[in-house]
Amino acid sequence: MDLIINKKKYSVNSTPEESLLNVLRNDLDLTGTKYGCGEGSCGACTVLINDVAVRSCITKAASVEGKAITTIEGLATNDKLHPVQQAFLNVDVFQCSYCASGMVMSTVSLLKKKPEPTDEEIINGMQGNVCRCGTYPRIMKGIHEAIKIQKS
Amino acid sequence: MAKKSNESVFAPEQYELAERPSHYFTMNRRDFFGILGSGIAITFAAVNTGYGLSIEGLPENQIGAWLHIAEDGAVTIYSGKAEVGQNIRTSLAQVVAEELGVEMKKITMILGDTALTPYDRGTFGSRSTPYMGPQLRKAAASARELILDLAAAEWKVDRSLLSINDGNVTNKNTNETVNIGKIVKGKQLVQAVDDKVALKKIDDWKIAGTSVKKVNGESFVTGRHKYVSDMKLPGMLYGKILRAPAYGATLISADLSEAKKITGVVAVHDGDFVGVAAVDLSTANKALQSIKAEWKFEPQPSRKEIFDHLRKTSKADDRAEKSGDVSSAFSKAEVKIGQTFNVDYIAHVPLEPRAGVAQWEGSKLTVWAGTQRPFGVQEDLADVFQIPKQNIRVIQPDTGSGYGGKHTGEAGMEAARLAKEAGKPVKVVWTREEEFTWAYFRPAGVIDVKAGADKIGMLTSWEFHNYNSGGSGIDTPYQVKNKLIQFHPSDSPLRQGSYRGLAATANNFARESIMDDLATDLKIDPLEFRLKNLSEKRMIDVLEAAAKAFGWGTKPEKDHGFGIACGEEKGSYVAACAEIVFDRNENDVKVLRAAVAFECGGIINPNHLENQIMGSIIQGLGGALFERIDFKDGKILNPKLSAYRVPRFGDVPKLDIVMLNRKDLAPAGAGETPIIGIAPAVRNAIANATGKRLYALPLVPQGLEV
Ligand code: FES
Ligand code: FES
Repeated sequence: MDLIINKKKYSVNSTPEESLLNVLRNDLDLTGTKYGCGEGSCGACTVLINDVAVRSCITKAASVEGKAITTIEGLATNDKLHPVQQAFLNVDVFQCSYCASGMVMSTVSLLKKKPEPTDEEIINGMQGNVCRCGTYPRIMKGIHEAIKIQKS
Repeated sequence: MAKKSNESVFAPEQYELAERPSHYFTMNRRDFFGILGSGIAITFAAVNTGYGLSIEGLPENQIGAWLHIAEDGAVTIYSGKAEVGQNIRTSLAQVVAEELGVEMKKITMILGDTALTPYDRGTFGSRSTPYMGPQLRKAAASARELILDLAAAEWKVDRSLLSINDGNVTNKNTNETVNIGKIVKGKQLVQAVDDKVALKKIDDWKIAGTSVKKVNGESFVTGRHKYVSDMKLPGMLYGKILRAPAYGATLISADLSEAKKITGVVAVHDGDFVGVAAVDLSTANKALQSIKAEWKFEPQPSRKEIFDHLRKTSKADDRAEKSGDVSSAFSKAEVKIGQTFNVDYIAHVPLEPRAGVAQWEGSKLTVWAGTQRPFGVQEDLADVFQIPKQNIRVIQPDTGSGYGGKHTGEAGMEAARLAKEAGKPVKVVWTREEEFTWAYFRPAGVIDVKAGADKIGMLTSWEFHNYNSGGSGIDTPYQVKNKLIQFHPSDSPLRQGSYRGLAATANNFARESIMDDLATDLKIDPLEFRLKNLSEKRMIDVLEAAAKAFGWGTKPEKDHGFGIACGEEKGSYVAACAEIVFDRNENDVKVLRAAVAFECGGIINPNHLENQIMGSIIQGLGGALFERIDFKDGKILNPKLSAYRVPRFGDVPKLDIVMLNRKDLAPAGAGETPIIGIAPAVRNAIANATGKRLYALPLVPQGLEV
């Protein structure tokens, strides 16, 4: 099957049942997208499909053929970090950072839908992403920083 | 004065899975400089990592370096500690940059690699900052002094005119500056750490003590960092292990013939180990499913019976802490309470499950493992495979957290067994369900407390028994003449082990709950009651700071409640105040806000410290409110994130964190203690709002019936 990931075309040889997460990580070595639960409950595997956040662990790779898939590796352009990545760095958000990719991707999707969300909208939008290290208040701060960067 | 718990008769914590310390040197001088290039190296001659190890002299062929300075001025630090998100890669570099007088960007940290770093028992028990920190400070200061000696000799000037700043030696009189790399050029000098070297005063810190950002932060927000679970070696296979269907089940037979028929599958049956490896994960899974296994089951206690079971199987630990006569003091007490507390098993749920990659080259084994104890895993591997430790290298890349849950290296061990058979590297990554089921848990426990006070609110008797959950934080910081404190180990049906804060969470919960109930019965303000019975200034300071930040002393609105608690563990102090609201229609408790004051001596990185405190509070809220492992007949009933609730964005209260910076005290660890204050503070707030006194952790897994 052919997948369009980060604007590049990849031909993958895998069963139609295979999850997008496994294809990304194991076949294509795009390991920025993480496994955390495999059942859509943690958000570590979040990628964008046509700019919308999707849990890649419960998405069949075959179902997103031809669609625009963006992973954490595809966010930065010409060595310039995406504003959300930059914002999270500025705020020094993370501890173990295993949740970072998913948090960044979910935030990108959230801010695409709603460039200036309220705190409540942020909480609702991010409720599916787990940070076991408990950096939520920092992530919140990081999202506000991203909003600021994107505005300027 | 109250005894510090790190001197307690109960230390060291039995669940720390400690290994006996030993030395392991891997390189001789020629190898060492051969790899690193010329320059100077500071090694250890007499090391004290808190366990009193030491060696005499420094044999030529045995070099374990702390620090190397290269000809280009680059500084490399070697430490066997593991980065699991506590940001020691940054904070340890900061103390070296400070002592040595170099910029942060000149420093490279080599962590958790048994071939490159000196032996280390493991990263747990909040020991990195208080023990590794000073050791590296001394190493850096020793290097500084050596460089100044060299420069003074070379320039033939008075040494006192020289200092090192931003990586340059400067002569105060002539303003001449030369990079430290130039000074060490062409040299191959090895020097031992000078244990008595003068360290900079914490008050004069310019790099340490500031909020330097996570040094490798960018590699994480771009997804570039390779966790063990992300690794791929040429020719690598993916491994899967056959797991028992229940705790206590033993393997009778296994038929691997179908699995072996699948092309490219390697299948191993060795004792009770059964595993497969294949070129991709789906083939490995298919092979695993084709195995027919027979099991024998043993009856297992279920969650319902666990607290009886722990009490029934308990033994008295002879290390009781005893003074006065508790029973007569209790019977004479004006106000008294006797209560039993139950604490459930909970899971660490590190977001990255256990992972290991193993590769054999002849009789040499390399294992990459997400573990807090790389040297411990090396010893375990030596044991299991019956090969010398020197043939085993364990490497621990920055890992997706541990919280005390990754003292072991099971996945690395499993990968190594499969790799041996396959003759190719193998990776094993546990699924979330495997992690929930077969990683160890924070121990369940039963705690009995009997306490009494006199009319004016002075404690007169304190009896405290902990069954199974552990001895950490079991002692009381309150002044009381008659006390009996005892830990009783029991038989745990589930695999249990270390956890952030260990048993201190449970012990503080029980103690601070009883203190609150006594205060209420005495009609004394709970803060005042605590202050009355405390003498430790550091504890009093955090209590007062938290109370002030919270606005203690005001009245909560209807259905709201305020609670307070404090505790000490591993040389640091915490106090927490919490406000909850009880929703009568939903029978639900929500934590609205918390003010937490924390003091761990001098602060190395305020921003990262705040992050640790915040993370501890939020993780602590999970165990306080709803986290618990449910099990029956040896099966874990909720081994999934959709069935085991962890704190999420919506659970986070408004947090007010106060960090007291005691520059006169050496920095203590901070990854654990802040977790112990929140559960009792919330519990006491619930009692304050509703009158309902709860005696179990978690408090409200299914809401609150009033
Ligand atoms: S791994 Fe996909 S949501 Fe957890
Ligand atoms: S920083 Fe560790 S899971 Fe988020």
